[in-house]
Amino acid sequence: MDLKDLYQEIILDHGKNPRNLGKFDNYNKDAKGNNPLCGDNVHVYLRLNENKKVEDIAFEGHGCAISMASASIMTDMVRGKEEKEVKEIVTDFLGMIKEKDSLETNILNEDEKTKLMSLSGVKQYPMRVKCATLSWHTLTSALDNSDQIVKTED
Amino acid sequence: MNIYDIKKEFPIFDDKIQNNDLVYLDSANSSQKPRIVVDRIYDFYTKEFSNVGRSVHYLAVAATNLYEQTRVSVQKYIRAKDKDEIVFTKGATEAINLVANTFGQKYLSEGDEVLLTELEHHSNYVPWHFLRKAKNIKIEFAEINDDGEVTLEAIEKKITNKTKIISVSHLSNVTGAILPIKEIVQLAHSKNIPVLIDGCQGAPHLKLDMQDIDCDFYAISGHKMYGPTGIGVLYAKKKWLEDLPPYQGGGGMINEVKKEGITYGELPNKYEAGTMATAQVIAFNESIKFMEKIGIQNIEKHEKELLDYGLEKLRKNNSVNIIGNPKEKGGVISFTIEGVHPHDIATILDEDGVAIRAGHHCCQILHDKLNLPATARASFGVYNTKDDIDKLDEAINKCKKIFNL
Repeated sequence: MDLKDLYQEIILDHGKNPRNLGKFDNYNKDAKGNNPLCGDNVHVYLRLNENKKVEDIAFEGHGCAISMASASIMTDMVRGKEEKEVKEIVTDFLGMIKEKDSLETNILNEDEKTKLMSLSGVKQYPMRVKCATLSWHTLTSALDNSDQIVKTED
Repeated sequence: MNIYDIKKEFPIFDDKIQNNDLVYLDSANSSQKPRIVVDRIYDFYTKEFSNVGRSVHYLAVAATNLYEQTRVSVQKYIRAKDKDEIVFTKGATEAINLVANTFGQKYLSEGDEVLLTELEHHSNYVPWHFLRKAKNIKIEFAEINDDGEVTLEAIEKKITNKTKIISVSHLSNVTGAILPIKEIVQLAHSKNIPVLIDGCQGAPHLKLDMQDIDCDFYAISGHKMYGPTGIGVLYAKKKWLEDLPPYQGGGGMINEVKKEGITYGELPNKYEAGTMATAQVIAFNESIKFMEKIGIQNIEKHEKELLDYGLEKLRKNNSVNIIGNPKEKGGVISFTIEGVHPHDIATILDEDGVAIRAGHHCCQILHDKLNLPATARASFGVYNTKDDIDKLDEAINKCKKIFNL
């Protein structure tokens, strides 16, 4: 275990200055997620256009560097992608955080994959995995129009 | 007393944890266990085990005697008037639930008020919330001041002619504030209102005298007092235990069971249904003896020295913000670091073997009031040393370095 793997420069950067933080007016899908153990919460807003493409995405919330960076990188990465592609990226990311060594999807280019892999350090810290995955589960919930608040304790 | 000798009595410190010497600063959450407590559980299970209070064979009688000896030890330790005022529970949570449930059943109805404080742990709020749902009672919260204290005046302000019970912490697990419980009890009794004290953080660190405090109920957690998990104590004045209905039904708590009706057992059996945490209760006696051997005054003095040293050290550390500044404070320092989330602090500190807690510490009401989603918390036990605080300070500096502060 090495803290440098967990707190890479890119994580610290996104954690400190999260991209897409806030809310925009004409969103048509949103969902909330929270981690009852630590009180972290996130609210994801997105606009899916008629072609099922993510036209815009943003999030509100507070949490640790890992959760903020994860939401920041996620929102950057899925903007402009089609719903189907977004779901594939989410599945791939969650699979990587849980067990796989690398990302497999062809939707992302190598640069994007490297960016996402910066979050793989949490694998060494089981208590922190939920910090990295909360916004991703919440994004899925928003796409699925689920009224359920995402909880990390299920 | 020599802290290094005391520390040797705790096997957890014998070995490295993840290649580090353990700096355990999470005793407000749960304390580590001295060898005598751990050994007592082993010995009981291997040489003396039997269920208590039922059979007449040798082992059963011996186990029953051991179990009852703990009751007497607890009675003496907290200076209760009568051993029957000591009820064993699975923890302080169950002790509070027992009171909320039975007192609520008998004495609370729609519109009645229960007075808590904004400092309360969820275990002293959620059980009352059940009554709010079931009986439409109201819950009032005495406010904290800027120093993170709850004063007698703050309590008085919220008492109305609808207030039926007051339930407050002895010592806050977040700000460390020690509440003026004796004065609160006096005030409440002058208005005929009973008082429950959540003593989770009080009992391990402060001298207790139930007859002097004069509270109606006092909830104790065993595992925070160097004892096993699964054991707690409800102290309750005998008049209440006689007056209130039983909590759980089952074996051991009955007098006579007939098809047409049931009568309940004498105190304290009335509140101890089913097979209790026998080994833990018996081992808890060793925890009490351990604390008595050191002396609670010495424990208080030692932890006060640690607290003063810790506060001085952390106040000098730039960007550390200490939560609350109570005049009477126990060995708890909650803090934030500008620019680093408490969970990141906890993970980074853990890398150097410094075990703290981060989060809302089961006090969301308090954190909402402070407008903080989470805090980091270092809390002390009898085994902590000034070296531990130095290591905490160093680890905080490492944290700041990683986050480029």
